[in-house]
Amino acid sequence: MNAWMGTILRVNLTTGTVTKEKLNEKFAKDYIGARGLGTKYYMDEVKHDVEPLSVGNNLIFMTGPLTGTFAASSARYNVVTKGPLTGTIAASNSGGVFGPELKMAGYDGIIFEGKSPKPVYLFIEDYEVHLEDASLLWGKTVFETTDLMNEKYGEDFKTSCIGPAGEKLVLFASVMNDKHRAAGRTGVGAVMGFKNLKAVTVKGTKSIHVADPKAFFEACKDARIKLKANPVSGVGLPAYGSEVLVNIINSVGGFPTGNWQESVYDKADDIGGESLVAKYLVRNKGCFACGIGCGRLTKLTGKYNEIGEGPEFESAWAMGADCRINDLEAITKANYICNEMGMDTITMGSTIACAMELYEKGYLTDKDLGGKPLLFGDAEAMVDFVMKTARREGFGDVMALGSYRMADKFGHAELSMTAKKQEMPAYDGRAIQGIGLNYATSNRGGCHVRGYTISPEVLGLPFKMDPFVTEGKANILKIFQDLTAVVDSLGLCLFTTFGIGLPEIAAMYRTATGIDISDAELLNIGDRIWNMEKLYNLENGFTKADDTLPPRLLKDPIPAGPAKGRVNQLDVMLKEYYELRGWDAMGVPTKEKLKALGLA
Amino acid sequence: MSKILMVSPKKCTGCKTCEVICSFTKTNAFNPKNAAVTVHDYEDVGIAVPMMCMQCEDAACKNICPVSAITQNKDGTTLIDFDKCIGCKMCVSACPFGNMSVSFENRRLTKCDLCDGAPKCAEFCPSAAITYVEATGLNILRKKDLARRFKDLAEEGV
Repeated sequence: MNAWMGTILRVNLTTGTVTKEKLNEKFAKDYIGARGLGTKYYMDEVKHDVEPLSVGNNLIFMTGPLTGTFAASSARYNVVTKGPLTGTIAASNSGGVFGPELKMAGYDGIIFEGKSPKPVYLFIEDYEVHLEDASLLWGKTVFETTDLMNEKYGEDFKTSCIGPAGEKLVLFASVMNDKHRAAGRTGVGAVMGFKNLKAVTVKGTKSIHVADPKAFFEACKDARIKLKANPVSGVGLPAYGSEVLVNIINSVGGFPTGNWQESVYDKADDIGGESLVAKYLVRNKGCFACGIGCGRLTKLTGKYNEIGEGPEFESAWAMGADCRINDLEAITKANYICNEMGMDTITMGSTIACAMELYEKGYLTDKDLGGKPLLFGDAEAMVDFVMKTARREGFGDVMALGSYRMADKFGHAELSMTAKKQEMPAYDGRAIQGIGLNYATSNRGGCHVRGYTISPEVLGLPFKMDPFVTEGKANILKIFQDLTAVVDSLGLCLFTTFGIGLPEIAAMYRTATGIDISDAELLNIGDRIWNMEKLYNLENGFTKADDTLPPRLLKDPIPAGPAKGRVNQLDVMLKEYYELRGWDAMGVPTKEKLKALGLA
Repeated sequence: MSKILMVSPKKCTGCKTCEVICSFTKTNAFNPKNAAVTVHDYEDVGIAVPMMCMQCEDAACKNICPVSAITQNKDGTTLIDFDKCIGCKMCVSACPFGNMSVSFENRRLTKCDLCDGAPKCAEFCPSAAITYVEATGLNILRKKDLARRFKDLAEEGV
C-alpha cells in the first residue's frame, strides 16, 4: 500500500502477547486513518456498553496516511477509546514526533486489549516488539519516564506515556508524547493507566512511500505556500502561538471569565501571547514537518526556574481568566505540572474555576477544601490544586473527577460548564453562537476542535460571519465537523485549515494514496465518520437531551461587554442542524442517511 | 561566487521539515533517518541545530576514499560518484562531524550535494534557520566558527 504502512500491532495486555496483522484495507479506504480508522476498529471489536475503566475496553493508537510525510503539519496520531470523563466515543490527537516514528517502525497503529497484571511498557524497534516490565517507571512523571527511556535505549527512541495522573485514574488524564505534546481530552490517559500500560517507546527506520511522489510533492508545496501566506497560520501563530487568540476572543466579548459568570476579562493583556513572548518565550517549537511552529518553548526564571512548553491559548484561559488569575508565571507553571503529571489543562483549569464559584456561593466550605479558602484570583491555590489533583490528595481527589461530578456531589451540577460532562473551552457560546452549537453536538463532549467555527465567526476564515447571529451556523458547522473528521483521520493538524481547505487536502490525499476520489467524496467520508461516532453515543444511551449546554449559556445573559444581553439560541440552530445532517427530530440518523453513508 | 548553506540555530523550531524533504529528494520516500541533514534539539537549553555537510575545503571523506569516488566540483561541493563507490564506508568514519551516513532505504551513502544548486532544506525551512547564501567573507567566517564549535563538541564526545 502507499501512504499506509499496511500493518497493525495488536497487543493483548492480559496475556502479554503481541501479534502483527495486516491492515484492513477496506476499513482504511472507508475511514482513512487515525480518528476514523481507529474508531472503526474500536466499534467493531468492543461491546458498546463497556465500562471505560474495565478490562473489556480497548485503547487504540492510530496514525493517518499523511502522518510523517511532507504534507504540512503531518505529525498527528489519535488515541481512540471510550472516554471515562464523558462515556462517549473518545478520540484525542497529538503532534510532536511520536506518531511519525511509530509509522516509520512499520505500523499504522496499535490496538491494546485487556489489562496487564503488572505495570508494563511496549518496546518497538522496527520488527522487534515486546512488552517490558515497568515497575520502576510506575509513579514517574512524563518527563522522567521519557528521559529514562532515552537513557536506556538512546535519543532516537520517541516515547508516548502517562504520568502519575493516568496511573491514579484522574478522569481527565492525558496521554503525553515527546514530553510536552498531549492527547489531552476525554481522559484517554486514565484508560491507559487502568490497563497498567505506562509507555510506548518506539524507533523506526522504514520509509513512508506515496503513490505519485512528484504530484504529492507539488500538492504539499502548494499547501505550504498557502499556509505561509495566510495571516493566521503564516503570521499570527508563528509570532504568538495559539495564545494570539486571547485579545482577539476577549475583544468580541466571548472570553469566559470567573467560571463563565462574565465574558470579558479586564486583565486579558497580562495572560496573552504578547506577554508570553515578552516574558517567557525561549523559542518556537515545531511538531514534525510543521511550517507553522505554534508551540512555545518557555522558561520560568523566578521561583519556579524551569524550562517547558506552553501554555496554549485554552490552557492560559482555563487556568487564567476562568479562575480570574492574571499571573502568567503561575499559569505557565500549572501548565508544566499538567504536562509532567499527564492531565488535560482545559478540564483542570475549568474544574478549579468551578470549585472557586462553588466556594464563592457557599456550596463548598474551607472544611471541604482541607482548611483553606479557594477564592477567584488565588494563583497559589490554583497551582497547589493542580498538583493535588494529579496526586489525588485531599480535595484534589474530588477535582480528579472533573467539574461535573464535583459540582454534582455538592448539589450544583448546573455550575459545571460542561457539555456531556466535558468542560467547554475558551469561547463563549452566548457571544459566538455557532461554537455553542458545536459544543452541544460534539461527539466527544464540550470541545472546540470538532468544529472550529471560530474561524468564520471571529477570524473571518475562509469568510466572515457575524458571531451573534444564528443564520447559517448549522450549515457551516456541519461542513467544519465533517472536514475536521477528514483532517484528523489523515494525520494532519487542524491548524492547517486556517490556510488550506478541502481542495488542497484532497489533492494531498489522492496523490499520496493513489485513490481516485473526488473532493466531495472525501468530505463524505468525514460525514460517515461523524455519523459512526454519533451511532456509538446513541447506542450508549445518549439522546437529544444530551445535545445541550449548561443552563448558564441558555438562560443567563452575558452581563457586560460587546455581547451584553446575549444567550445561546441553541433550539433554533439544533433543529436546523439535525435536518441538515439527515437526522430525525430527536437527533437520530435516518435509515436513508445511514444507507447513503454505507453505515446501514 | 559560490553559495553555502548557512545555519542559524536560534531560528530553528526543531520541526525536521529539512530532514523530511531531504530524505524525499534523495530516496523518493519519507524518512528523516535517510536525510543528509539532521536536527539536534537541545531542549534543556532551548537550542536546535540543523547539521549537514560543511563541504570542507580539505575534506576528510575525499582524502580517505580508497577508490577516489569522492571529488570536489568547481564550487567546492563534495560529491560522490556512485559508479566508483564500493560501499566501504571509510568516509562515514572519517567525517569529523558525522555528516555522512548510510541510507536505510537503498544502503547507499547519504551525503549533502546541495541539490544541484537549489537545496531543498533551505527552500522549505519554515523559519529561515537554513538559508542558501552567497559565500561572502562574513558568511564564511560565521560558518567556519560554527563548524569549529561543532568540531570541538565532537572531540569532547558530546
